Amino acid sequence: MRIRAVRLAVAASAALLLTVACRPVQDPGARYGKGAEGAAKAAGTPATPATPATPATPATALFPVAPPPFSDGVFPCSECHKPGDKVNRVPHAVEFHEDIVLKHDEKNRWCLDCHDAQHRDKLHLADGRLIDFTESYRLCGQCHGPTLRNWKAGEHGKRTGSWSGAKQYLLCASCHSPHSPHFKPLQPKRPPLRQEKIR
Amino acid sequence: MIDHAAAPLAIPEPPAKGHTRREALILGLFALAGAALTTGCASDKTALDEYLQKHFKDLSGDELKAVLARMEKKYSEQYGKHVSVSATPPLEGVLFGYALDLSRCIGCRRCVYGCVEENNQSRDPQTHWITVLEMDKEGGVNLQDANAYYDHETVPAPGKFYMPVACQHCENPPCVKVCPVQATWKEKDGIVVIDYNWCIGCRNCIAACPYGARRFNWGTPNIPADELNPVTEYLGNRPRQRGVVEKCSWCIQRTRKGLYPKCVEVCPVGARKFGNLLDPDSEIRYIIENKRVYILKEELNTQPKFFYYYGL
Ligand code: HEC
Ligand code: HEC
Ligand code: HEC
Ligand code: HEC
Repeated sequence: MRIRAVRLAVAASAALLLTVACRPVQDPGARYGKGAEGAAKAAGTPATPATPATPATPATALFPVAPPPFSDGVFPCSECHKPGDKVNRVPHAVEFHEDIVLKHDEKNRWCLDCHDAQHRDKLHLADGRLIDFTESYRLCGQCHGPTLRNWKAGEHGKRTGSWSGAKQYLLCASCHSPHSPHFKPLQPKRPPLRQEKIR
Repeated sequence: MIDHAAAPLAIPEPPAKGHTRREALILGLFALAGAALTTGCASDKTALDEYLQKHFKDLSGDELKAVLARMEKKYSEQYGKHVSVSATPPLEGVLFGYALDLSRCIGCRRCVYGCVEENNQSRDPQTHWITVLEMDKEGGVNLQDANAYYDHETVPAPGKFYMPVACQHCENPPCVKVCPVQATWKEKDGIVVIDYNWCIGCRNCIAACPYGARRFNWGTPNIPADELNPVTEYLGNRPRQRGVVEKCSWCIQRTRKGLYPKCVEVCPVGARKFGNLLDPDSEIRYIIENKRVYILKEELNTQPKFFYYYGL
């Protein structure tokens, strides 16, 4: 089925290319008779296909992301957590952030695997490198490599903006709480009216 | 085994017949012209211009400008705010495609109502371009037993999966073939469009569409003025009138300007993907090349450019 779909796309593109090639060059504005105004508008729109969004992106490259979805007033964390504060590194119940319950491979995980004790406004990777919260996808990607790859390509998660140009990525954390990442159920919008009720 | 690749998959369009006037209407036209002459009032002039308007593809540059201006004036007066009507041409080197990840969709219907608002669908009587079908995971894709009217506290409901359906923008669209007046056609970028001013409301296309994607305005569409999206396209989301057919246009007013369709932007799970099939770096190509994709009712050879897949 996949092969067929690819073929379809290829055949479709071939057909289109043929059409384009066999036709005398025409002013796109002229076809719809938009005149100078239309042509100018067309020129302003992204006429060339997309800038490559993914290929060969080095692991450290930054992706334009929507802001991290912090609760109000919690960031910067360094308002309360100062460098040099004494930190209890033994896993324990954290009373202050009571709404945070780890349900994410919690038997093998503790807060400071991701958060940095000395630089609380950052996260750290397994090798200790510090990263910003705007790069938290790199943290997730350490264990969810294939998902991260799909995310970069725009397959997993969501990109908004322009299909042919500048895009904004939603951080993994915008959809999955890092602490209990299962996607939360939503209330659906109302069902359509039944045909017989439409007047 | 038959090698499908050897056969031309893209069916050539029938030779252009020229856009003959809708003969049944000509009588009415004379009657109207008579009326306009007698009363000589301005609104009749607009109505007359509407009647006399040529097929969209036959309009010259100046004629199109006049048509768009006439519509902008009409809609702006009707809704008490400035409404723009453009006719943005297709982009060169672009063939649009769409993909939807069935393993992520949770049936929340955000897309349905996002679409209604963006594309000025009638609120009452209700028109929805997108239908979200609920099916049993056990049964797989089984359109016969699908339910569009599910109403749960939260979704996804246990044991269910969801399949949103709208226009599949076929490469070989049966709806286009059956239109007796060529009021619907496939554009160069693959979008199947409708000229609401040319549609005679015969609904042949509705019967021909295997996906149930077309909607008929049985009543006068009704949109609260403050909810009308004033950025409109002639072949897309401009207000429609009673007696014409409408359907998804892949947000032609957005996508021809480079934006994602509204449904892609509002989907909370990121199940909806859109892009240029001719661009090897687009997400749509990534999906076709890396995932197992399905098309609906493949056996009909409609060749949809709407692909369903399982991202997991
Ligand atoms: C898997 C890595 C990971 C673990 C383990 C983890 N966190 Fe987090 N945490 C994050 C990320 C990533 C964010 C940023 C979310 C965002 O972008 O808003 C975050 C955000 C937070 C926030 C801000 C929450 C808010 O409401 O905005 C607090 C507080 C926090 N974590 C505390 C903790 C505590 C306490 C623990 C241990 C019980 C913990 N975290 C365990 C990754 C982790
Ligand atoms: C209003 C003050 C305040 C803010 C702001 C705050 N925290 Fe805390 N946090 C605390 C206190 C107090 C504790 C100790 C609670 C305990 O041990 O029971 C704590 C504990 C933690 C712990 C458990 C490990 C430890 O150090 O004891 C983590 C991890 C943590 N905070 C992360 C964060 C992150 C990440 C942010 C910013 C997104 C943040 N906090 C913002 C007050 C704060
Ligand atoms: C240290 C490795 C590790 C890191 C880092 C990590 N995860 Fe996970 N994640 C796991 C493991 C192991 C599981 C499966 C066990 C579980 O679900 O508790 C999992 C499961 C998940 C699931 C599936 C949950 C479900 O029940 O459906 C999601 C979603 C997820 N992670 C998202 C994230 C996000 C987002 C981040 C970054 C903030 C992240 N993970 C960082 C190891 C990790
Ligand atoms: C637009 C929202 C969204 C974004 C952004 C997003 N995900 Fe997901 N993800 C989902 C949904 C929906 C599911 C399916 C439901 C579930 O299992 O929780 C999912 C599932 C997963 C799973 C479970 C396995 C699977 O493939 O179903 C993992 C792991 C995961 N996501 C990791 C990530 C990581 C890592 C990122 C960032 C690189 C990310 N997600 C970004 C919505 C999102």
